[in-house]
Amino acid sequence: MSTQSAIQAQPDGAILSIAEPMVLASGDRLDQCDVAYTTHGTLNADRSNAILICHALTGDQHVIGTHPVTGKAGWWETLAGPGKPLDTDRYFLVCANVLGGCMGSTGPSSTNPATNETYGLSFPLVTIADMVDAQAHLLDHLGIDRLLAVIGGSMGGMQVLQWAARYPDRVASAIPIAAAARHSSQNIAFHEVGRQAVMADPNWQGGQYDKAGTRPTKGLAVARMGAHITYMSDNALHRKFGRNLQDRQAISFGFDADFQIESYLRHQGMTFVDRFDANAYLYLTRAMDYFDLALDHGGVLASAFENTTARFCVISFTSDWLFPTSESRAIVHALNASTAKVSFVEIETDRGHDAFLLEEPELFTTVRAFLTSVAEKEGVQEESRPGEVTP
Amino acid sequence: MTMQEARVDHTIIKDFVPEGARVLDVGCGDGSLLALLEQTRSVDGRGLELSQQGVNTAVARGLSVIQGDADTDLVTYPDKAFDVVILSETLQATQAPKTVMEQLLRISDKVIVTIPNFGNWRARLHLLLRGEMPVTKSLPYSWYDTPNVHFCTLRDFLSLARELGASIEASAALDAHGDQLTWNVPWSVWNLVAAQGIFVLTSQSPKDTA
Repeated sequence: MSTQSAIQAQPDGAILSIAEPMVLASGDRLDQCDVAYTTHGTLNADRSNAILICHALTGDQHVIGTHPVTGKAGWWETLAGPGKPLDTDRYFLVCANVLGGCMGSTGPSSTNPATNETYGLSFPLVTIADMVDAQAHLLDHLGIDRLLAVIGGSMGGMQVLQWAARYPDRVASAIPIAAAARHSSQNIAFHEVGRQAVMADPNWQGGQYDKAGTRPTKGLAVARMGAHITYMSDNALHRKFGRNLQDRQAISFGFDADFQIESYLRHQGMTFVDRFDANAYLYLTRAMDYFDLALDHGGVLASAFENTTARFCVISFTSDWLFPTSESRAIVHALNASTAKVSFVEIETDRGHDAFLLEEPELFTTVRAFLTSVAEKEGVQEESRPGEVTP
Repeated sequence: MTMQEARVDHTIIKDFVPEGARVLDVGCGDGSLLALLEQTRSVDGRGLELSQQGVNTAVARGLSVIQGDADTDLVTYPDKAFDVVILSETLQATQAPKTVMEQLLRISDKVIVTIPNFGNWRARLHLLLRGEMPVTKSLPYSWYDTPNVHFCTLRDFLSLARELGASIEASAALDAHGDQLTWNVPWSVWNLVAAQGIFVLTSQSPKDTA
């Protein structure tokens, strides 16, 4: 199943090629696929300290360290690293680019081995469950039977829930953050607007932009701008930008980016297209839309968690209106009904959905304490870190 | 986590909880009772708490506690989900105490309830002599800002238990200093001197204690 060399840390990333065909939820088959991943920390001798990190819609496997495309810090360095709640001195962290993504795992921008052409829209639709299956292959490869924890925010949180439901024996604890057991109508609506923006860009070329030598950057940027608004709260926008003007003393009576918020959004849109594939955006938003964990279990969410022995730590944020606390509460109630062991914390913040990526001390305290308690119960030894000061 | 000296009522409750039991503490506050039970009784413990601050503190000590409301969230648990359910100093703050009690007896055969005794002589005197709603050490709130909306005396609680068909398996009473009353006296005396009552209810075939 595993080789000794597989246990070495892969902080800069590695690629696992899955040679055996994967049957997807849609019924389609992927005869071959790649899973790009990173690992941090050291897998202990009994392989009991592994934590799988599931990234969100536009995240990737570069949790820690310099991002190869943007040159920016890893997306979860707030939470993961030496001495952090996801402590690389104590745990072995694994994060894989999702199936359908565009940072090395197979997705619509990959080459179809059967045709030697870019998949584009011929790539089969993937679901959250398919993503989780691909991650399970990766864990097999790494020789990890059971995860100490699986953690993620937003779409990552959906994968966390799917993990607990699909592989109950492989998960000791699950931490879904700012997540939901199904994508709401409102959220599907936002995604549809984003997809239509991409498709309305003439450079999209019916999804075959690679062949046409174009890139639908304008459409994708608009999609990102719209989505970005949903990641923040009204209060946070007011606090950060208010009605402040951008590099000018007065309004221009035109359609320039007069306001700071406009300039900020345009910047967000423009930088996003440098690192993200438009078709991957269509596929991943669709995977979120299709997610409905109860539907796969006779309409009863509690049934999804029937066989789980995992401990859960459900976390939401007060100002998150994209994945509001009510969604987390529905998960908690289902977990109650299946008598699972669950902690549930709603964290007070005005930073909206994106709070899970930010400096939120209460999030850190919660994750640290929960993991410490799980690690203790699972018999994971505490690493001694001489000279290390833990906050 | 250093263990502080446990409250007397917590110590008494602890003695009623079997080793390794599956326990739900409803209104668990900062989780100090649950922590005590996990440490001394190796229970498989869960908690439900209304105040976010309490929840966050409890979760930060590694406890499985969720934010929720006894009035609305108990329905989410299946029948007989727990070996023991504890409702500590919480019944008086619920909107529908009788429904809450029914729910507790549904999700566990053994329910431990502690209540502040409104029939305590201090409370009676306060109302009798001063003509004001009692404000005492164990009931420190003024009438206009109290979270306690359904007060009862020990006697009232016994009547409710009888009405629900639950039998009292064991009981204890504490005085205003939090010390256990050990005298063997009739209920009418406890109802006068006790500041707090602790009852172990069982929904199973009543062993008639009259």
